[in-house]
Amino acid sequence: MIPRDQALIRMGGFIADEDIVVAVYQTLFDWMEIKPRVLNYVATGAMGQASSHGLGLALANPERKVFVFDGDGSLLMNLGALATIGEASPTNLFHFVFANGTYEVNGEHPIPGGKTIEFEKIAQACGYRQTFKVSSLVKLEKLLPDLFTKKGPTFVALKIEPGKQYPWRYDFIHSPEARENFRRALTGKP
Amino acid sequence: MNTLAYPSGKHIIKQFLAARIQFIASLPDIVTSSGLLWPISHHKELELIRICKEDEGVSICAAMSYNDTRAVLLMQQTGLMDSLNAIRALAMDYQLPVVMMVGLQGKEPEPKPEESNVYGVRIIPSVLNAMSVPYSLIQEPDDVFEIKDIIDACYRNSRPHVFLVGRTPLA
Repeated sequence: MIPRDQALIRMGGFIADEDIVVAVYQTLFDWMEIKPRVLNYVATGAMGQASSHGLGLALANPERKVFVFDGDGSLLMNLGALATIGEASPTNLFHFVFANGTYEVNGEHPIPGGKTIEFEKIAQACGYRQTFKVSSLVKLEKLLPDLFTKKGPTFVALKIEPGKQYPWRYDFIHSPEARENFRRALTGKP
Repeated sequence: MNTLAYPSGKHIIKQFLAARIQFIASLPDIVTSSGLLWPISHHKELELIRICKEDEGVSICAAMSYNDTRAVLLMQQTGLMDSLNAIRALAMDYQLPVVMMVGLQGKEPEPKPEESNVYGVRIIPSVLNAMSVPYSLIQEPDDVFEIKDIIDACYRNSRPHVFLVGRTPLA
């Protein structure tokens, strides 16, 4: 198992200023503290939708890399998105699922199939170009340097456990300010 | 003798292009299938994203709007109903320009949607009114000519819109 904050710290080293990161729930709250940046896309609105936002951003911004930090409960809620992404096949989309087997911010109830589902196999069957499952920090460190040099869509299932947890900032992620900051950073327009 | 006139799918596509629409996210809808979706699927200037569930399309269109990349979500009213939470969050709470075109499957050609005998059709205007989602009807041939201006206004004002298609567009 990989402590989530340690995974995010390692991944942060490979994300450039111009890249877009779409993250959800506790992963988002941790990421906002570990790597605060203007191109963090925080406003996915409805649960399960991160991958679809990521697809829209990837297609509309082909010159940028787009990273989605999904949850396993979230992905289950929008599992068809894997087929949609596989079909659309954006080469600049990198989709990570932070799998802890629970709905963490909703009381840590177990997700259905949390002990048996192999998301990376579903993603592969749906047409992602690269798929991986990673269960240790050492293996993640080995995987990352080459991962982003190859064409996506790429899918990585990370078996994680909570690390240091950062505060829930729902007020910020749903605020007009968050959306406007992102828009300005993306377009360069005031 | 059938004296009804039908909207033109060709004219709808022209309105999309005039409004700088680049992407169509869609699940097939029998009302718009032959007159609109099939022609779009072969069109060189429109990129079709085939989705598995309609709320994916709400999110795709919303995310694209941040750099003014324009898109339309084409679906059936059943998909609209299935996507209400995403529409509530992204189109209404976040005030993003999500443009939707909705075929009213089962609707009779003559009446307005709210006068339909089909429950699933009749409730749609009331549902949209309850959510304060703006909508207009594409039923007569001339209705299509407002599409471009409405889409432009959506992106200019960052607001959503639903076009309800009340009569099958002809190819």
